[in-house]
Amino acid sequence: ERPKNGCPPTFTIQPDRTGEDLQGGMAEDPQIQTHGCIRSKGGDGMNAYMAYKVSTQTSLTMFHSKTFTVRRRFSDFLGLYEKLSEKHLQNGYIVPPPPEKSILGMTKVKVGKEDPSSAEFVERRRAALERYLQRVVSHPSLLQDPDVREFLEKEELPRAVSTQALSGAGFLKMLNKATDAVSKMTIKMNEQDVWFDEKIQDVENEEQHMRKLHVMVESLVNHRKELSGNTAVFAKSVAMLGSSEDNTALSRALSQLAEVEDRIEQLHQEQAANDFFTFSELLADYIRLLGAVKGCFDQRMKAWQRWQDAENMLQKKREVEAKLLWANKPDKLQQAKDEIAEWEAKVTQYEREFERISATVRKEVIRFDKEKARDFKRQIIKYLESLLNSQQQLIKYWEAFLPEAKAIA
Amino acid sequence: MTGPYSCCSCIVFVHSVSVDLNNDASLVIDIPDALCERDKVKFTVHTKTTLSSFQKPEYSVQRQHEDFIWLHDTIVETEEYAGLIIPPAPPKPDFEGPREKMHKLGEGESSMTKEEYAKMKQELEAEYLAVFKKTVQVHEVFLQRLSSHPMFRKDRNFQIFLEYDQDLTVRRKNAKEMFGGFFKNMVKSADEVLISGVKEVDEFFEQEKNFLLDYSSKIKDATAKAEKMTRSHKNVADDYNHISGALNNIAADNNTAFKKHLEKCAEVFEKLRVSISKVEDRMASDQELKLTELLRYYTRDIQAAKDLLYRRARALADYENSNKALDKARLKGKDVAQAEENQKQCLQKFDKLSESGKKELTSFKARRVVAFRKNLIEMTELEIKHAKNSVSLLQGSIEVLKSN
Repeated sequence: ERPKNGCPPTFTIQPDRTGEDLQGGMAEDPQIQTHGCIRSKGGDGMNAYMAYKVSTQTSLTMFHSKTFTVRRRFSDFLGLYEKLSEKHLQNGYIVPPPPEKSILGMTKVKVGKEDPSSAEFVERRRAALERYLQRVVSHPSLLQDPDVREFLEKEELPRAVSTQALSGAGFLKMLNKATDAVSKMTIKMNEQDVWFDEKIQDVENEEQHMRKLHVMVESLVNHRKELSGNTAVFAKSVAMLGSSEDNTALSRALSQLAEVEDRIEQLHQEQAANDFFTFSELLADYIRLLGAVKGCFDQRMKAWQRWQDAENMLQKKREVEAKLLWANKPDKLQQAKDEIAEWEAKVTQYEREFERISATVRKEVIRFDKEKARDFKRQIIKYLESLLNSQQQLIKYWEAFLPEAKAIA
Repeated sequence: MTGPYSCCSCIVFVHSVSVDLNNDASLVIDIPDALCERDKVKFTVHTKTTLSSFQKPEYSVQRQHEDFIWLHDTIVETEEYAGLIIPPAPPKPDFEGPREKMHKLGEGESSMTKEEYAKMKQELEAEYLAVFKKTVQVHEVFLQRLSSHPMFRKDRNFQIFLEYDQDLTVRRKNAKEMFGGFFKNMVKSADEVLISGVKEVDEFFEQEKNFLLDYSSKIKDATAKAEKMTRSHKNVADDYNHISGALNNIAADNNTAFKKHLEKCAEVFEKLRVSISKVEDRMASDQELKLTELLRYYTRDIQAAKDLLYRRARALADYENSNKALDKARLKGKDVAQAEENQKQCLQKFDKLSESGKKELTSFKARRVVAFRKNLIEMTELEIKHAKNSVSLLQGSIEVLKSN
C-alpha cells in the first residue's frame, strides 16, 4: 500500500513465520544471501568490476517466485540506498546505510592482486552487503518499496550513476548537521518532546559506548592475528628443537608438540575471523545505523522548523493585515487576507506533517531498539558458541598430546 | 614514588615445584615464602639436614638475590669444580612489567569507576604474584641443584649461605675484592671458537660438542619465540578484560529499552569476564610458567654445559702447549724437569676434567629429559583444566542468554 498523504503507511503483509530457527526466534523472510564474486568479462585493471550474486528465498506472494538470483555491482547497492533515502528519509524512516566505499581496498582487488588481504576485503564487503540487504528487507515499509523488489528480482538493472554523495565522508557530514539541528530545538512543547530529547541523548551515549567498544574489539582482532602468527613461528621452532634433541622419546614428543601448536594456530586464525565478522563488524554496522537514527531525528527537526517558520510567517502576515486595517488601505487588504489564508493552510499542513513524522520516528526508533537488542543478543550467542567450539577443540588437541608427553623416558 | 604500591610489601607462600631435586633427606632445601619490599625481594631459605657438617638440624635465613649471585660466582671461580656443570645463576627478579602497569593504573585512576579500578588492581596483583612465583621457583631450583650434587653440597660457601643467620652483604663485598671476577671474563670470550676448534679424539666429547652447539642455538630460538607467543596471548586476555568492562558499561547505562530486552545481560557479561578473560590469562600464564620458563632454564643450563666443554678445551690447549714447551726444553737441554712436571700436571688436569665431564654431561642429559617430561605433562594438564573450566562457564552463559 502506498502511503497516503498525512497518514503513516500501514503494512499489510506481515513477515511470514516460515519456521522457528535454532534459537527459537523467527526465521527471516525474505532471506538474503550474497555469494560469489565474479570479475566482469572483458574488464581488465581499473575497468574491471566485481559482481555479487544476490539470492533471495521467500514465501511472500509479492515476489514472482520463491527463490531467485541476480547479479549486482557495488554501485547498484549504493544506487538503491540513494533511491530509498530520497523517498523515505524525509518521512522519518531509518534507512539503513550501505557499506562504505573503499577506493584503496577495491583498487588492489581490481588490479588482480591475489594476496590474502584482498581476499579478506572482498569477503568483508560481501558479508556487509548481505547484512545491508537483510536489514532493508526486514523493514516492513521499505520492503514495500518497488525499488527494493526491482533490486532483488530484475535481471538487468540500469547503472546507478551519481553515487558520489554517498562516500563515507559525505555521509558523516550529513549526520553532523543533524546533531547541530537537534541542539537548536529549545522550546519544549509537550511530553512527546521529552521522550525525543531523552532518546537522542540515549542514542548519543550508545554511539559513544559502541565506538569505544569497537576500538577495543579491533585491538582484539589484531592481537589475535598476532598470536596466531607467533604460535605458527613457535611451532616451527619447537619442531627444529625436536629434530635436534638426541633423546628419541623426547624428540618425538617435541615434534608432536609442534603439531599441536600448529593446530592451535589454526584455531586462533578462525577465532580472529569470528572476532571480526561476528563482533567487530556488528559494532561498525551499528555505529553507522545510529548515525542514520540521528539523521531521522534531524528530519523531524527540519519538519518542526518548517512548521515554526510557517507560524512566524503567519504571524507576520497577521501583523501586516492589522497595520493595513489601521492605515485603511482596502485594496491591499484583500491580498493580505489571501496571504493569511495561504499561510494558515500551510501551518495546518506542516503541523500535521510534523506530527506524522514524529509518530513515524517514534515507531521507527522503538522498532530499531527491538531489532538492535535482538541482533546483539543473537550475535553474542553466536560469538560465544564459536568460542565454546574453540575451547572444545583445544581440549581434544591437548588430551591427544598428553600420552605423548607421558611416554617420554 | 606515589601510587598504590609506594611501599609494596606482599608475602607469597609457594610450594616447591621441582620435586626431583629434593629426594635426598640428608639435605633438604626449600623457599617457603618470600617478601617483596619496594624493589628488593627477600627469600626465606629453609634448610633441613642430617649432615654432621652443619651445626643445627634446621635453619631459616633471609637472603637477597645478590646473595645467590655471590654464591654462584664463588663456585664458578673455584678451580676444583672446573669439571662440573655449574648450575646457572637465577636471573634477577623482574617486576618491570607489572610495575609499569601499576603506574599507568595510578595515572588513569580518575578516569575509571570505582569497580573498574578495583578490578584492574586485582588483575595487577595477580600479575605481580605470577612474577613472584617464577622468581621464587628459579631461586629455589638453583639451591636444590647444589644440594643434590655430591660435590657442591659440601661446598663451604654453600654451607655459609644456608647457615649464617646474619646479613651476607659484608661477606659479599669482601669476596668481590678477593676474586676480582677475572675468571668470569675468561669464560665468556670466544668459547664457541675454541670448543669447535679442538681436535677431538674422544668420540663421546665429539658427539656432545656437536649436540650442544646445535641444541644451544635451537633452544635459544625456541625460548624467544615462546616469549613472543606468551606476550600475544596476554594481550588477547587483556583485550577481553577491557571489552567485558565496556559491555558492562553499556548494559548498566540508563538505557531503558536496551535494558528491557537484555535483562540478564549485566550478569552474563560479568560471568563472561571470568570465563573468557581470566581463563585466557591463566592459560597464558601457565604456559609461560611450564613451557617458556622450562626453555629459559635449559637455555641457561646448556650454556653451563658448554662452559664445561670450554674449560676442558682450555685444559687440552694447555696440555698441548705444555707438550710443545717440553719438546723445546728437551731440544735446548734447559729446565727439562720443570717442563716435564708441568706437562704431567696439565695431563692430570685434562684427564680429571674429561672424566668428571663425562659423568656430568651424562647426568645432565637424564636431568633434562626428566624436567621436560614433568613440565610438558603439567602444562598439558593445566591447559586441559582451564579449557574445561572455560567450556562449562561458556555453556552456562549461553544457556542464560538463550533462555530469555
